[in-house]
Parts: sequence; structure tokens; C-alpha cells
Amino acid sequence: MAEKVLMKGNEAIAEAAIRAGCRHYFGYPITPQTELAAYMAKRMPKIGGVFLQAESEVAAINMVYGVASTGKRVMTSSSSPGVSLKQEGISYIAGSDLPALIVNVQRGGPGLGGIQPSQSDYYQATKGGGHGDYHLIVLTPASVQEMADLTSLAFDLADKYRMPSMLLADGTMGQMMEPVILPEEHVNRIDKPWAVTGTQMQRKHNIINSLYLVPEELERTNFERYERYAQIEKEEVRYESYMMDDAEYCLVAFGIAARVSKNAVVALRAKGVKAGLIRPITVWPFPKAPIAEAAKHVKAFVSVELSMGQMIDDIRLAQNCEKPVVLCNRAGGMIPDPAQIIAAVEALKGGND
Amino acid sequence: MAIVFEKPKSLTDAELHYCPGCTHGIIHRLVADAIDTLGVEGRTIGVAPVGCAVMAYNYFACDMVEAAHGRAPAVATGLKRSLPENIIFTYQGDGDLASIGMAETVHAATRNENITVIFVNNAIYGMTGGQMAPTSLPGQVTQTSPYGRDVATAGYPVKISELLAALDGPEFIARVAVNNVKNVRNAKKTIEKAFRNQMEGKGFSLVEVVSSCPTNWGMTPDQALAWIDEKMIPYYPLGVYKDKSAEEATK
Repeated sequence: MAEKVLMKGNEAIAEAAIRAGCRHYFGYPITPQTELAAYMAKRMPKIGGVFLQAESEVAAINMVYGVASTGKRVMTSSSSPGVSLKQEGISYIAGSDLPALIVNVQRGGPGLGGIQPSQSDYYQATKGGGHGDYHLIVLTPASVQEMADLTSLAFDLADKYRMPSMLLADGTMGQMMEPVILPEEHVNRIDKPWAVTGTQMQRKHNIINSLYLVPEELERTNFERYERYAQIEKEEVRYESYMMDDAEYCLVAFGIAARVSKNAVVALRAKGVKAGLIRPITVWPFPKAPIAEAAKHVKAFVSVELSMGQMIDDIRLAQNCEKPVVLCNRAGGMIPDPAQIIAAVEALKGGND
Repeated sequence: MAIVFEKPKSLTDAELHYCPGCTHGIIHRLVADAIDTLGVEGRTIGVAPVGCAVMAYNYFACDMVEAAHGRAPAVATGLKRSLPENIIFTYQGDGDLASIGMAETVHAATRNENITVIFVNNAIYGMTGGQMAPTSLPGQVTQTSPYGRDVATAGYPVKISELLAALDGPEFIARVAVNNVKNVRNAKKTIEKAFRNQMEGKGFSLVEVVSSCPTNWGMTPDQALAWIDEKMIPYYPLGVYKDKSAEEATK
């Protein structure tokens, strides 16, 4: 059996990426994801890989675009303000149908914000983020183990669907230390006949591009991409359901908010309140079906977020506003405690009874 | 019958979209000639810019990547770091390389990234219809400097070759022109050297090509070529600005 090691979340991402066959990392310093870059700086030269500290986040994501064009696994990591800078490049990567991994260890915003944990880049991550019609596959780890596991998965899904994926973590996940079983070395070798590697005078030239001046052609690429997205929404939704069978109140939370929510569910159950939790692991594709299913038997939903309420929109849409959704949140780097969540559910209960 | 002149093999049969009298066509040809002469088409990957040369990916027969505006040197860095044995070049205009992409340009140069950069300086934004470029001359009338570039408010042109030559990093920086036969022949040799440097692992080699834009300069092709001699070259003197290997050899 694989060995359990104690690791920081940021380091677990880095090691998992290497084990997934990623040999190219480009970044720019920003708190709170620095351990990830430091780990890559130490490891990559020892294993024939590339660590490059770029002149900016803008340059880093375009270096990612370059490596992704050659068909190799590649990643960058940053935190909220830095991820905003990467959006141009992410849009080009999506528009050119290239696989790549972007890690966002979120901190509070807007603007320079703060350096404490946040989930306020949810809209940016799940609705595209840059210009144009596109999505990323967005995975949200809630433990150091998942920081590692979802990194592997993110590379596999990006390759499978030829699109960028994002690991949407937060400062807590990045900084916390937990035991983790690292994934086995695996390189999922998918044939990439589209990659630019030199024609070797054996084939017509490959072109990596997102420009289509003929509107009919550009429309066609958009429709084709969205057919792929529809397949992803059907096949790649991941979530955890906790005590939902008989739940009357459904908490919905991801990342650190889900861990706090789980404690709140246990405490509420002890008080005789039938609470449950749906924890999206993919926030795009969003777990719409389990939310819609829950709406059949719950009285209300509580969206627990480290933001001013962003995922709450998706919960409303997933069940066509059939049941009320209330927000239980902290922002700016603050984290809700179980007592706040319990109070939110009890307030709902008072309203209902 | 002996063939004395033909289209380079590294150019496709696609019809160029450039305006009549524009010198992009000459520069495309010189780049393709270099690739042919060195026999590297099969392992070359080019990076197209945003600007007039945006569709260069249709014209060069090697593998091509279209970069975001100004980001070509970063994209080329990714390509080269992934495929060190391949030949990677970027083809960029003045707005792309000397304005929005200045950071990518300077840092690829200072890292001595082993790539070849073809920098086409025609002192104007061509594709968007003739706006003031970072390299527009003092007093030059453009759509966004209708009274002439006023250095008091718009600042001075950026002299890329002089600027990059001041760095310790880059291997080779040269400025050439393509407005007459003599200059074209010299440009051909210089571009070939910039590719050969990469094959020899020497590092970042940039050739600034002083070019014309008759359409947006509001001139006939002949007038535009003459304007290069009269106005451009005095401000942007031709020559080799840095040749690290040659300098070290003479030490």
C-alpha cells in the first residue's frame, strides 16, 4: 500500500502534478500559493523538467499556451489577483482547444484584497473568466488528499476533453498540513495529432489558433465546443452527498466551507434537526441533478460560501427556485464557524414551523 | 532548363493578404529562404503575432501557433522549453513587440531564450487602420496623432535594437531594411544568421526589419520605400547592435 505522508496542500498539488507526468511549470510569485512554486523550483531540475519564474502572470500563462501547443502536460499556479491577469491567456487556451492546468489558491478580493482564504473567484472560475464563450473544468478540493487526487484528475480531464481545467482551492487548503497518500506515477498518454512538434516533412502543418474571421466558422467552433461541454455536464459531475436521505435542510458548500458545514450538520443532527450537505467537487460542471433531487424533499437550501454569495445563483438555477436558498457567508478572508451555520438553519426552521 | 528563382518551399501556396507595396511579403520570403537554406522546415515552429501578420500561420508551411497580442516571445519560450531540438521563431510587428509585448520581449532577451525573433518595424499599426505605434517618428501623422506625434505628450519612439543591445543576455541584435536590393540581400544574410545562431545553441537573436506601410503612410509604394531612406533609417540606423559570440571571439 502507498505510504502516507504529511504535506502542505500546495506541495501536494505540486507532487501530484509531477506524478501525473507534468514536467513544465510556469509561475509568478504570489501569496498564498508560494510553496507550490518553491516545490517545483526544487524538484523540476532534478527530474529533467522545467521550472521557470516568468516576468508576469501574463507571460506565465502564455508559456503554458506554448507548451500545451506541443501536447505536453503543463501547469501554472497563482492566487486571485494573479489569476485575473491570466484570463487573457486562459481564453486563448480554451479557444485553441488546448489542455492545461491552472491552479487558483484563492485569497480575498476585489483588487489587491488580502492574503487570507476566500472563495470569491467562483464566478470567474465557473462562468469562463476571460472573454468569449467558454468553460473550464473546475475542481474544488476539500482536503490535502483531494489537492493531490484532483490534480491528477484535472490533467486527465483536460487531456480527454482538450480544454483547460482549474483546481479552485483556497488559502486554507493551500496552507493546511494533512496526511496524504500520493497518487501513483501515471502518465495518461492520449494521442495528440493536433500538437505542433514539427511536421518532419511527413504531414501538412498543424496550426494552433483561435482566430476565425469568417463568422460562420467561428460560430461552428463555438457550437462544437459546447457539444463537448454538454457531454462533460452529463458525464463528469462529481459531488459528495452527506446525510441527505431524509434531510429537510440542505447545506451546499465546497472546499473549506464544506468542512465547516459538515461539522454543522453533525451538530444539527445531534439537536434533532434533519440537516444534510451536498458538496460539489466539480463546480463546473455544477451538480445540478442532486440539487434538483434534493429540492423534492428539503424545505430550504443554505449556500455556505467564503464570498458575498456566488454559488447561490447556481443552486437557485439547479432547482428552478423551487425551494428558497439563503446565504450563510463570510468574506474578505474570514471563515464561517459551525455556530453561524447552525444559527442560519435554525432561523430557517423557525420561519418554516 | 535550370531553375534560377522559385518560391521557397517553406511558404505555402496561400495567397498573401498584404496590401500592394507592403514589404511583409519580402520579409516572409526571407524567413522562408532561411528555413529552406538551413533545411529545418520539418522541425520549425513559428509563432504569429496579432497585427498585419496575424495570418502568417497560413503562409508558412511549418507548424504554427497564433499568439495573443505581444505574447509571442512567452509562447515561443514555452515551445522551446518543451521542444529544445526544434527551431522556434516569432514574427512580430512594432505594436505587438515594442508596445503591448515589451515585457515579454525584454525578458525573453534577458533570459537569452534560444529563439529567433523577426521584428517588423513599419512605424504604424497597420491592421487596425494606421494608429500611432511605439516606433512612429516624432511629428509623424497617424490616425491617433492627427497633428503629428508630439513628443511632449506622446513620448519618443522606442529604439528596440539599441534598447535590447544594452542587456547582457541576448546573443544577437541587428537592424536591417528591405527597401532596396542591397538592403534586402543584407537582410537575407542577417535573418539566416539569426536562425543559425539558434541551431548552434547561441541564444536570443532578434532582427529588426525596417519596413514600409504605403497604405497607412498614405504614399505610393515607391514613395514609401524612399521615405524609409529619408526618415526611418536616419532615426533607426541599420547595423549589428550586438553579436555576443563575435565580441567574445575578438577579446
